Parts: sequence; C-alpha cells; structure tokens
Amino acid sequence: MSHVIEMIGIRKEFPGIVANDDITLQVEEGEIHAILGENGAGKSTLMSILFGLYHADKGVIKVRGKEVHISSPNDAFDLGIGMVHQHFQLVHNFTVAENIILGKEGGFVYDIKSASKKIKEISDRYGLSIDSDMVIEEITVGMQQRVEILKMLYRDADILIFDEPTAVLTPQEIDELMQIMRNLAAEGKSIILITHKLDEIKAVAERCTIIRRGKLIDVVDVKSTSAEDMAALMVGHPVSFKVEKDEAKVGETVLEIKNLNVLNNKKVLGVKDFSLSIRRGEIVGIAGVDGNGQSELVEALSGLRKVESGEIYFNGKEITNSSIQERNEMGLGHIPEDRQKRGLILPAPLSTNFVIKEFYKEPYSRRGILNFGKIEEYGEKIINKFDVRSGEGIQSPAGTLSGGNQQKAIIGREIEADPELLIAVQPTRGLDVGAIEFIHKELVKERDNGKAVLLVSFELDEIFNLSDRIAVMNAGRLIDIVYTKDTDEHAVGLMMAGIKKEERSEV
Amino acid sequence: MKSKVANKPLEARKASPLLVSLSAVFLGIVAGAILIAMIGKNPIAGFDRIIFGALSNVRRVGNTLGMSTQLILIGLSVAFAFKTGLFNIGASGQMLMGGITGSILAYYLPLSMPRPLYLLIIILSSGLVGALWGFISGFLKAKFNVHEVVSTIMLNWTAYWLVYDWIQRFIVDPTIVVKSKPIEQAHTLRAGWLTDITNFSTLNYGFFLAVIACVIIWFILDKTTVGFRLKAVGSNRFCAEYAGIKVNRSIMISMAVAGALAGLAGLTYYCGYSNIMEMGKMPNEGFDGIAVALLGNCSPVGVFFSAIFFGILKMGRGSLAATGIPTEIADTIIATIIYFTATNVILANFWNGRFKKSFERKEEAIAIALSNQGRSGEDISSLSKEERRNLVKLGMPELKEKRKNEKNNKEAK
Repeated sequence: MSHVIEMIGIRKEFPGIVANDDITLQVEEGEIHAILGENGAGKSTLMSILFGLYHADKGVIKVRGKEVHISSPNDAFDLGIGMVHQHFQLVHNFTVAENIILGKEGGFVYDIKSASKKIKEISDRYGLSIDSDMVIEEITVGMQQRVEILKMLYRDADILIFDEPTAVLTPQEIDELMQIMRNLAAEGKSIILITHKLDEIKAVAERCTIIRRGKLIDVVDVKSTSAEDMAALMVGHPVSFKVEKDEAKVGETVLEIKNLNVLNNKKVLGVKDFSLSIRRGEIVGIAGVDGNGQSELVEALSGLRKVESGEIYFNGKEITNSSIQERNEMGLGHIPEDRQKRGLILPAPLSTNFVIKEFYKEPYSRRGILNFGKIEEYGEKIINKFDVRSGEGIQSPAGTLSGGNQQKAIIGREIEADPELLIAVQPTRGLDVGAIEFIHKELVKERDNGKAVLLVSFELDEIFNLSDRIAVMNAGRLIDIVYTKDTDEHAVGLMMAGIKKEERSEV
Repeated sequence: MKSKVANKPLEARKASPLLVSLSAVFLGIVAGAILIAMIGKNPIAGFDRIIFGALSNVRRVGNTLGMSTQLILIGLSVAFAFKTGLFNIGASGQMLMGGITGSILAYYLPLSMPRPLYLLIIILSSGLVGALWGFISGFLKAKFNVHEVVSTIMLNWTAYWLVYDWIQRFIVDPTIVVKSKPIEQAHTLRAGWLTDITNFSTLNYGFFLAVIACVIIWFILDKTTVGFRLKAVGSNRFCAEYAGIKVNRSIMISMAVAGALAGLAGLTYYCGYSNIMEMGKMPNEGFDGIAVALLGNCSPVGVFFSAIFFGILKMGRGSLAATGIPTEIADTIIATIIYFTATNVILANFWNGRFKKSFERKEEAIAIALSNQGRSGEDISSLSKEERRNLVKLGMPELKEKRKNEKNNKEAK
C-alpha cells in the first residue's frame, strides 16, 4: 500500500492556541479520506499546512514517499495538490473558461478555444456538466463549486482537498457532488474530505481521521464504524441526534404578519401576500429551498428591508415601519443568516460584539459614557454561559474565533438579551454536531420559557427536529402551514416545490 | 481595557503599533541618510541641520510647534474619518473653508470686542463651516451613495474657487490684489505672551486648541456611545445596521466632525500661523494630514506625536540648503516613511518573528535551567515572572554553549 500523502507529527501553534498537536495523517492513493472534527479542532489548519498557506512548527510532510517542503500554494500545485476552498475563489464577471485558465493563460495572447476544449473533455470525463461559456455570477453555487473542482483538474491535480464542500449546497447538489467525488476516486484521484457531517462521510469516504482540539484521536474504517461512534469520538462524549422536547404549551400571539409584500434586490416582489402568526411557546419553522423569499421575509421582520404593503404586529403593536432599534427594544431577537457579514464586527473584541445592540443602555453606559467594567462583566457572563471558546477570552477579536464559536457568541448575545421573539436563520449552518446539539437545545429552551421562535432553515432535518409547526414557502408565497406531527418530509418536500395539498389530491 | 483572562498561556510578544511606526520612521531616516551619502554629503551633518533648523532655539521650537498645529488638527480629521470607515481626502477644502470664515470674521468684527468672546466666535464659526463642508460629503454618501473620496476631492475645488472669489470680494489687500489684507495681531490666534516667550515665533493659541481637540477626540472615540456607534459603522456597517445603529446618520456625523477639525486647522493656519490668505493656493497640509494619520496609527496620541515629527522635518528642511543638501531630501524622508507605514504588515511580521525567536530561546533556556535543578517537566506558566527571568539567566550560558557546539559540528561536517 502506498501513501500518496503522509503528514507526520505535525504541530502548529497560534497565539494562545495549539491548533495542531502532533497530528499524523496518511492518505492512500485513490481513496477518499475524511478528516472529521468539530469547528476549531484544527482540520483547516492541517490542510492549510499541506497546501502551503501555513508552515508547520514541527513535523514532516511526504508526498508519494518523498519528503517535501511546501512553502506556498504554488509548491502544492506543482506536487499535484489542489484545494477546493469553502469560500470560492472565482472572478464573478469572468466566464467559467476564463476563471479556469486564470494564472495559466500561457503567452500574451491566450488560446481560449483549446482551453475550452480541454475543459469540456475533463467535464465530460468526471460528469461535471459545466458550460465553459457561462459567466460565474449567472450560475448556481453548486456549479461554481464544480468550476473550482475543474480548475484543479485542469492543473492536473491528482490529490484534491475539499474543505467543507457541502456547507453551501442544496440536498440535490450534495448528492451530485458525492457522485462526482466517487467518479474522481474511481479515476485514481486521491481525495481528502474535510467535514463534520457524518452522513457525507458515511456516503463516500473509506477511512476517516478524527481530530479533537488539535489532537489526533483515531483513524477509523468508515464502513465498520457507526455514525454515533464517530460523533462520540469527534466531540468526546456520546451525542444524541434527536432533539428532546415536550408538547408545546402555546400562549398568546407574539408576531402577526398580514398580507405582507416585500421587494427583493431585483426590485420584484420577493415575498407575496404572506400571512402568518406565531405564538408564545412554539417554534415555527419556515421550510423552503434557498432563495424563495425567506431572506426578504426575515429582513422585513427585523427592519432591515422596507415593506411594500401589508402589516406586521408585534405583541399587538404595529411595527411595519418601526426602526430596527425600536424592534430590538420591544424584544425582537435575530440570529442573522450571514454571521460574518451581519452578525459580528470581526475586528472588534467579543466584549464589544456582545453589547452591540445594548451599549447605549444602562448599565453598559450612562449619559453617553461607556462603562467598560460592566461591558466586560457581561461579556464574561456570556462566554461562560454559552461556552464560547477563544484565544484571549472576551478580548479576542471576533474574527479569530472558529465558525462554531462565532455562532455561539451570536446566539449567546441574542438569548441573553431575553427576546420575546427570536428569529433564527440557518442557526447551525456549517457547524459540527456538538455545536448543533447545543444550539438546538438553546432554541428549545427559549420555547419552553414561553418565548416564540421563528426558525428559517434550508435543512429539512433541522426543521422537522425543532418545529412545532412548519410553514412552507415557495416563490415568496406561503404554500401551507402544517403541524409537524401531522406531516412528513415527503409532503413538505412537495410543498417546497410549490405543490399544494388540494392540487395534489386532484392529480 | 484590562485583560482579565485567567491562565492566559505564555506567548511571545506582539509588535505594537508604536513599534511599527517607529520602525517606519527609522527606515525613512536610514533611506534619507543613504540618499544624502549618495550625493556625496555627510548624512550626520544633514540631520544635524534639520534638528538645528527645527529645534535649536526657543523661536525655532515655537515655529515647529506652530507648523505642527495644523498638522495635528488635519491628522486628527483624517484619523477620525479613518476610524469610522471613511477616507477624508478633502481636508484641504475644509481647511480653506474654515480659514476663509475666520479671515472674513477677523476683517469685519470690531476690534473693540472682548478678545475671549471674539476668539470663541471665530473658533466656533470656522469649526461649523468646516463641519458643514464635511457634512456635504457625508450627506451625499448617505443619501445618494456618492463615494466620499470623489465628493471630497470635488469639494476641495469648490472651496478653492469660492475662496478665490471671496478674498477678492470681501477681504482683498488693496496694495497686493492676489491676497487678503493682513489680519490685525489682536484678531489672530497669536498671543502676546506666547510670542514673547518664544521670541516672535508662529506659536499661537491654535496649538492648545489642537491639544484639546486630541483629548476630546480620544474621549469620544474610546469612551462614549457616540464613538462606539461611529466605530461600529466604520468596521462593519452591515453589522451596525443589523444592530439598530443608524448607519447613514453616523456617516454624516463622522464627516461633519472630520470637517470641523479640518476647519479649525484652517483657522489656526490662516489666522494664527499666518495672517493672510493667498488666492489660488490649495494648502498641502490637507494631504500631509493623511501621512500624519497613518504614521500615528489613527490614534489621537499617535497623531499628536507624528504631527510634531513631521513639523520638525518641515521646519528643519529650510536649514538643509545651507549645507548644499537639497531640501527635497526632507520630503523624500517623509515619502519613505509613508511607504513603510503603508506596508506596516511587513514590519509587524518582522518584529513578530524576532519576538517569537527570542521567546523560544528563553523557553529553551528555562527548560535547561529547570533540568539542571532537577525540576524538569515543571509547567513554565506556573512560574512567576521573577523566577522565569532568573531561570533564563541561569540557562542562557549553557544554551549559548550548546548552540555554539552545534554550529561547530555542522561546520566540521
């Protein structure tokens, strides 16, 4: 058996954190090898070392048996290592072909025709189905990812690293990607899959290296290890996938939406004639494929987007045109969809981020003067209560935290503010099972405390796990609202495609 | 803010912004020295002349501080805008507007007015007009999404021609028609006692105004909810908006404050440092202020010292000519410093690398000392600072010996 990649005894330190502590990784030729670990466990650091973005403090890297020094991504490319990053690195107004040959144009006048031909060949061979003449901003996220893969193949990479590749994909796109990975492996490519999603590992990987808090825990054979066991190895204790919750004890209505119409960025109606009410003590899930008006709805509710027509009532008071600050003060909490763009000020310390909505209130300030003692006290309280891990406590800039801890920080902030209604948009996007379990429990706790929760998620599992009622959105309209216990994934799936119950029975 | 992190792991020092700025200054001076040497002159003599020209007697010190006054205020204006996410490249225009306001008032207000009242009026008026000029850019950005770099540059020229017209129209010097009539001493910011103790230098009340402005801006940025809002918008306007902060209002406030500071700089320059306004002259200080802000890491204290430093270079350059060294050398030093401040990441990385190396050496020395004392395996972070220092001293000679042997062995091979 030949190891195509061996990383032996890798150690990497960052200020305050040992990201990798004596980790060894061995990947065989032609295998799909998963690296499983929680956010912040050190998976990405390890891969960045392999890809030449970081230098290991200690340890040896061997590629095809030969010891190598990889000091830049170019070195990695030369060794046939390619990486599909979590955030795509594409030029948006260039075509697929232009993006792929970028950096490999050849002479002064580049030959796009023969490049296109080669792209088509590769695309057909691995079943990528890519049209090289399309412009990046016009194609779907799933296809953009395939362009990234093609870019690596075009450069003759035969070791491919996928960093959390499914975080941005729809269920169908995930299936397609899994198939592509199998095709690649069948053609002799070696694949390293970094993920924390167990079903994906189960679906494609042969072996799995499990990392926890920077240390190598185990290397397991995927077929003979159960998902529960792998999850337990990853987080260090047994994990339950089901959310425990009792029957909802609903109270009076907190949020009432009446015939809401909202324009989207293209200035056409993104939310159409939408009505819904949410009561105390229940979680209402909004199911739907990404881009069917969920973002516009949430932005209208939180005050970030103007309402075209219709009304929103909060505890009986109309808030259709209220300012964001007024809504915050009335008790509307919001876990935003994009935690890095909206949710946090990345360069600012955690303590600042925790009071971003309340700094002007007592005790955090008095007569316009900030009280740092109180602000820090409050910050310490949140990081302890919600187990937010960072290198330097509340002084750590939010941007230095791992994704899961960033999300915990946001959730801690929103819940600690004790809202009447909590709008949670994709609250567990890109997080590992440990963090997901934690966040789900917190949301259920809010509901049990008599708060209303509006959950927007593109993952049906999550909707079904948490919601007491499910509202299905399609093309900006409410298709139907049903009790979770009276429905199943199949029925909701059909509604997500826009097919209503009555229409179905006619067919 | 004090750090309250318990059991903070030991780690190497980080390069502070001060160290980075000082390194930039050092490299700028080295570059200047090389240039002077290349034209066959003595660099030491050159720098000696600059220091001589800027600081050799009370009058020169006064002039340097007088020159620094407007640099502090402009630097503060640019730094404040930077901190709140805006690039104020229009300090020149705001300065002109503040200056012309002061000059017109100085011309028309009666000399019989009580001086404190008069000073209060011109300070408030110049600040307000500067604020208005900055506010226009903020308003255009907030309401119509016009980038502030574009609008402030255009407003620079609007101010330029307005001042051109207003000098002719309101305050022209009948004898020389290309400039304004000199302002009476009593109507400038000059103070008799300051002039006396600094032997007729240009130092004036404006300097105190600048110092007070530094303190106020520091207080606003670091201690108040207003500063919190403005900085939040500056570092992530999407998050600020989500949190309920009125982003557009913050942008307008920021530009108005930046404009007010630059307006005051205009007042100190045209009605303090100088006492006339020339037609058709765009003040350079508006752009020097960007360098001051960068070198000062956009902090009010940093701006104060970097402005004084630039003031020294600007006043000292005049004396360079006597040695045959072109005065442009001083400008070259300034330019080099700006280059190095702009690439501060490289400087920071350099220092961080060095600190890390020395930190690791010390760790190793401690390990050696501990094992010599039969205490090996003890957790270093549990030791007190004092103990660690002693252990470093104990272990260092042996470590040096070890390193030397390793080196010799390598060479022998």
